Amino acid sequence: MAGFFATDFGILILTVLKALAIIVPVLIGMAYLTLAERKVLAAVQLRKGPNVVGPFGMLQPFADAVKMLMKETVVPAGANRLLFLMAPMLTFGLAVIAWAVIPVNDGWAIANINVGILYLFAISSLGVYGVIIAGWASNSKYAFLGALRSAAQMVSYEVSIGFVIVSVLLCVGSLNLNDIVLAQRHIWFAIPLLPMFVVFFISALAETNRSPFDLPEGESEIVAGFFVEYSAMAFALFYLGEYTNMILMSALTTILFLGGWLAPFGVVPFTWIPGPLWFIAKIVLCLTVFIWVRATFPRYRYDQLMRLGWKVFLPLSLAWLIITAGALMLFGWLPRAA
Amino acid sequence: MIAAIAFYVFAIIMLISAAMVVSARNPVHSVLFLILTFFNAAGLFLLTGAEFLTMILVIVYVGAVAVLFLFVVMMLDINFAELRSGFQRYLPVGLAIGTVLLIELALVVGGWEVAPQAGALRYAPTAAGMSNTAQLGRLIYTDYIFLFQAAGLVLLVAMIGAIVLTLRDRKTSRHQVIAVQTARTAQATLELVDVPLGAGIATLGIRRPLPEPVAAEPEHDAHAHADAGGH
Repeated sequence: MAGFFATDFGILILTVLKALAIIVPVLIGMAYLTLAERKVLAAVQLRKGPNVVGPFGMLQPFADAVKMLMKETVVPAGANRLLFLMAPMLTFGLAVIAWAVIPVNDGWAIANINVGILYLFAISSLGVYGVIIAGWASNSKYAFLGALRSAAQMVSYEVSIGFVIVSVLLCVGSLNLNDIVLAQRHIWFAIPLLPMFVVFFISALAETNRSPFDLPEGESEIVAGFFVEYSAMAFALFYLGEYTNMILMSALTTILFLGGWLAPFGVVPFTWIPGPLWFIAKIVLCLTVFIWVRATFPRYRYDQLMRLGWKVFLPLSLAWLIITAGALMLFGWLPRAA
Repeated sequence: MIAAIAFYVFAIIMLISAAMVVSARNPVHSVLFLILTFFNAAGLFLLTGAEFLTMILVIVYVGAVAVLFLFVVMMLDINFAELRSGFQRYLPVGLAIGTVLLIELALVVGGWEVAPQAGALRYAPTAAGMSNTAQLGRLIYTDYIFLFQAAGLVLLVAMIGAIVLTLRDRKTSRHQVIAVQTARTAQATLELVDVPLGAGIATLGIRRPLPEPVAAEPEHDAHAHADAGGH
């Protein structure tokens, strides 16, 4: 059996199985994230939330999926048909392929590549294309306005995310995601780099177009933003993409700042629980904060959003980057270059 | 074998999409083909083992530069008939420029000499036991630090130039000064007064600090006082 998995064909089969082993849990997690969001929002607003389909509404996501599949995909008359249908696929596809490099436990990634963090950064910076192409191909004013807002927003917040990532990399000395987690054996980066952690989390909200930064889909001003013309499965793909991206950003926050699969403090009762469970628990924690923020904060005004990105986060992350580099040099903590 | 197939796939798609960039009718399609070209170039980098350059190409060109291109091109209102109308008139000029460029290219390529050690360097591009990224960093920040800094300065000048060209501070526009807003305290804006039952505002002497009335008519003045009672 081991011999079979060493052949070309065996490696192919193994890779497909590995991919399924991560995509299937992510998709199921995504389905239950939609339910969890409605439940948490309901709890915040003193309601019950979905509770009719299945016990505690557990089958609600599948009922929604079936409903979406049964509906008709409408392509507007003036739309650019090819791009219109390509945009949701692109959004969803990008959200899924990013998971190829996420390590769930020590060395448990489909591809343990040297530039893992850059790969994730590249994929997340491509996410804007799904939005902008959807907005343009719809040939609708509202959709286009949503797309323009989104493009400006995502490009702005990427800059500060980049600086946050660089300051983490300075402390690690490697671009490999596995190494980034292992560098946090003694202390999670959320503690020494607390301001960067906060900046990263808020930028992650903006990057995934979540409230309070959900300007692209501000339903009170521009109906539903860039996907106003979409229906049925195409609409569902945008939805899936958004929630998968949320999980991805939570996973990235966990890897960069919360010690990935590592148990807190590294002491006995915690280390009995296997790494992947810790990883999932930390992702769930981040996602809860995502939803909590949505339930609590009003939407930002657009000029305030841009001000926060360029005039607050950019100088702050740049200054903290220089402070980090200076401190590492001063105390001789600089990691040895790989 | 697989590497060779991947090379030809990337190279062929790249050439076709590069041709489509200049021949596509719709400028938005042109930009999208340009993005496809970038992607395939990134793939070619990856095949040569330059994973850092691959990622940077995708992040910088696809993730930022091409987004701005797309942003601008999508907002253009293009009349395609008008765009094609001057084709015959501009053809001679275009051909002339094209010919000059072609001759220059031929001269450059004709005078190209391959350095004798280049072949050997190509076969050992990275030193053993060191990642591609670390080597690039080591080269850029030591041997080529002045060129690197000079490139940075050029970009800085371009950035300042862009800001100077587009910044217009109209004095009429209303800016939000967040610091002033957050520095406001309840004491500075609110006044809590115990009002006896049935007492009017005028009897208590509550006045908002109003600007001096300049030769206002008595009736208008009374109106202003009524407004002042809006505490």
